[in-house]
Amino acid sequence: MNLQADARGNGLPASPSASKSDLDAIVVRFAGDSGDGVQLLGSQFSQETALAGNSLATFPDYPAEIRAPTGTTYGVSAFQINFGSRQVKTAGDQPDVLVALNPAALMVNYKGIRKGGLVILDSGAFKEKDIKRAGFTVDPRLDGTLKEFRVLEIDISAQALEVAKPFGVSQKEALRAKNLWTLGLVSWMYDREMKSTMEYVARKFGSEDPVGLANMAALKAGHAYGETHELAGDIAPVSMPAVKVEPGVYRLVSGAESLSWGLAAGAQLAGLEMVLASYPITPSSPILHILAKLKQFGITTFQAEDEIAACCAAIGASYGGKLGVTASSGPGIALKTEAIGLAISTELPLVIVNTQRGGPSTGLPTKTEQSDLYIAVWGRNADAPIPVIASHSPGDCFEVAIEAVRLATKYMTPVMILSDGYIANAAEPWKIPSVKDYAPFKVEFHTKAEGFHPFIRDPHTLARVWAKPGTPGLMHRIGGIEKDYNSGNISYDPANHQKMTDTRAAKINNIANDIPEQEVAIGNTKGKLAVVGWGSTFGPINRAVHNMREKEGLDVSHIHIRHIWPLPRNLGALLKNYEKVLVAEMNNGQMLTLLKSQYLVDAKSLLKVSGQPLKIEEVSSAIRSLLGSN
Amino acid sequence: MNVTVQPDKLTAKDFASDQEVRWCPGCGDYAILKAMHKSLADMGARPENTVFISGIGCSSRFPYYMATYGFHTIHGRAPAVATGLKLARPELDVWVVTGDGDALSIGGNHLFHALRRNVDLNILLFNNEIYGLTKGQYSPASRVGTKSPSTPMGSVDSPAEACTYALGCGARFIARGIDVQAKELDVLFRRAREHKGASFVEIIQNCIVYNDAVFADFTEKAVAAEMQVHVKHGQPMRYGKDGNKGLRFSPQTFKIEAVVIGQNGVTENDILIHDEKNRVLASLLVALRPPSFPEVLGVIYCDPAATSYEAAVAAQEAQAKAQATAKGGAPDLDKLMRAGNTWSVT
Repeated sequence: MNLQADARGNGLPASPSASKSDLDAIVVRFAGDSGDGVQLLGSQFSQETALAGNSLATFPDYPAEIRAPTGTTYGVSAFQINFGSRQVKTAGDQPDVLVALNPAALMVNYKGIRKGGLVILDSGAFKEKDIKRAGFTVDPRLDGTLKEFRVLEIDISAQALEVAKPFGVSQKEALRAKNLWTLGLVSWMYDREMKSTMEYVARKFGSEDPVGLANMAALKAGHAYGETHELAGDIAPVSMPAVKVEPGVYRLVSGAESLSWGLAAGAQLAGLEMVLASYPITPSSPILHILAKLKQFGITTFQAEDEIAACCAAIGASYGGKLGVTASSGPGIALKTEAIGLAISTELPLVIVNTQRGGPSTGLPTKTEQSDLYIAVWGRNADAPIPVIASHSPGDCFEVAIEAVRLATKYMTPVMILSDGYIANAAEPWKIPSVKDYAPFKVEFHTKAEGFHPFIRDPHTLARVWAKPGTPGLMHRIGGIEKDYNSGNISYDPANHQKMTDTRAAKINNIANDIPEQEVAIGNTKGKLAVVGWGSTFGPINRAVHNMREKEGLDVSHIHIRHIWPLPRNLGALLKNYEKVLVAEMNNGQMLTLLKSQYLVDAKSLLKVSGQPLKIEEVSSAIRSLLGSN
Repeated sequence: MNVTVQPDKLTAKDFASDQEVRWCPGCGDYAILKAMHKSLADMGARPENTVFISGIGCSSRFPYYMATYGFHTIHGRAPAVATGLKLARPELDVWVVTGDGDALSIGGNHLFHALRRNVDLNILLFNNEIYGLTKGQYSPASRVGTKSPSTPMGSVDSPAEACTYALGCGARFIARGIDVQAKELDVLFRRAREHKGASFVEIIQNCIVYNDAVFADFTEKAVAAEMQVHVKHGQPMRYGKDGNKGLRFSPQTFKIEAVVIGQNGVTENDILIHDEKNRVLASLLVALRPPSFPEVLGVIYCDPAATSYEAAVAAQEAQAKAQATAKGGAPDLDKLMRAGNTWSVT
């Protein structure tokens, strides 16, 4: 069976839940040129939707080029949102609505739209040369290309130019308000309050700036257009009721935000100040940007000269008694590996955030992938274990970051957090936690001179003492050379090296006793099939397993692993309770290898490395074929 | 004797660790280590507030022999580790010990940025123009034609000049000394420590096993007086057994010339007065190398900036704290996360 090929292929059957009458969730995809402001349009619409109380998930999908040549397919930037009155778990397999601001955006995206879905086009952008440049030989509006969809053509460009006239802005500036005109229209379609967007425009431009006034006018004009025109394609405003969720204060949060705040919260719970040393890299940089604005919380940020220096500076900070943190993505993590080994050897706390992206090498900088599991667990010279924790959603990054700080400081070890480009950029409604609700894990620095050496260990955790420079009587030397177990001095003794290697491994393995046992996300603790995932594939796996159980009555469960290393202590036994195990991940089989190596489990795999998130339907069809219910 | 010794007063011995020193017999590093033990004691440094950070190589074993805090890190990265430490703990006295391979080859980038940023570190580069610990390959500082296991027919690439590099990187304190000249090193260590910002000290160090006597043309006793000029701020740059030689600036060629007082009409007044704050002069002095010129030793350049990197970073943090506190009391993460667009579900 080659499930991999199934998942990659086109022509999958339409999801039964995607019929238009089923209005408990809608997927809208905005697409345009990379200069069209599509990401802003999408994030403002998400904000309005969140404030309306809907559940939602977003998927910003943008090119690596900042401004690719206008009108090209590789310059298309898109933003997808799935929102509903039920719990939304993914950004949606298939858009119900595509807003295409130019022909290239249509070219790249029309094949993914649900049959019978709605396509809104800016007809003003469909000049002959634009159509050719996008790769259409004939105008796609005329040759039946779009016959399976309902099409609404509006000359959005002309509308934006017209509405900007009284403000005396340039044609270029007027056209740039296309995104807000479109937002106005879509806000009307889904009955969204535009207050938060108006506040945003006022904040960004001030109340006098003609460009700001033109943008504000465009937003209102788009909304008014919907109200006053009898739109073709049978469009009437749809009201999406709020989802039922736990009481509390909510906000939209991206993975980069909640991860940064989680690090700050973790440092606070440990009673430490933090030094984040980082080097700019996509898609990790937002963490540096966010923490650079939090200096008032005792957070120092350092933009190092390179990835290696960033990791080394974080280690230097930890040596000095602060929490050293470094954040990067695949290629940068590769550069840090030698320094991570130093932190392992000197047993200093260090948090390494890896926001994974497509690889190898430069790969797909702006696209998502889960292919750094190997480098996280095994990617260093020699026997060099560290704990690895994976976040499964934007909001979950907060919890994972706190846990990483706890383990790093309690066990005096580097800890790697695995996030990915999807989690980092996507946003979801988040019940805002309070730091006060978390149990503190305050660090105690060693101060007692009597009998001191730097590798005195806690008999339970095996963590060494943390003695910081400036403490009288505790002067000591550490380094990357092997150390004597009993004194911390340099030692080349064979038996000692064996003992130190064993101790370093035992210290990390022992963490399995300090993390929760593996739970089953949906389903039973035994049965015919367990779908195992980790990281950002939580949403599609969870929804697919839910659907297969509820709608098709299949005996399938979902297990989602947070602690990648060490693995939860009951995981091996748990997996043996299922007749079949399917590992679904966005790489070429890395978790699969890990589980096979640890438990000799004969797992099957659903693998996808297209730079796009896993779809619900891909998981569903893999479940169906494994359980023979096609 | 009737001298009262303060209980606090430390001696050179108090700065020596209990570890057996494992450099080759006759290595120049021994002399530097001994000079450092004594200098720190004389300067009144406290072992608990002093940290030595090194990379990889013979020189980088230095921290193990100091009874201070010490961190033997990885190849070339000592300036980066030291920068992180200094950001976390600006009050510590942080020394970086490195060699010509560690600092000028694998770690050239980190040295550049530590100097450019002006992190308050005392960086000592032991230059023996060879890779010692890996058994004698030529280094980026080796002269053209150096025969080594990796260059059996002689090296062909031109060498890196440590002080010239440091100056180009934007260093504001540059000095040069010789391993066995303890008295002079003492002055350099003291000045480096006093300097707020990155201090760069090149120490000419003899590798007795792989590159012995490579500096003999100016370090040998017989030639030392004629081939070394010890520069001091505000004093004429004179040298020679009889003090009759000196450095003169030629406005015609924009070069420095080695001249003899009393010959060709040269008088005492022609000899350049050293001005350690003059960057143009420094750029000329670091370029003078034997055998055409005497080796220039001492504090070649010292022009402190208004502030050092970690002090400027700390000032911004203090400002951010003051602003946040003035706005709404102590910074509160819960408040931060609740700022902006939120909604309540009841």
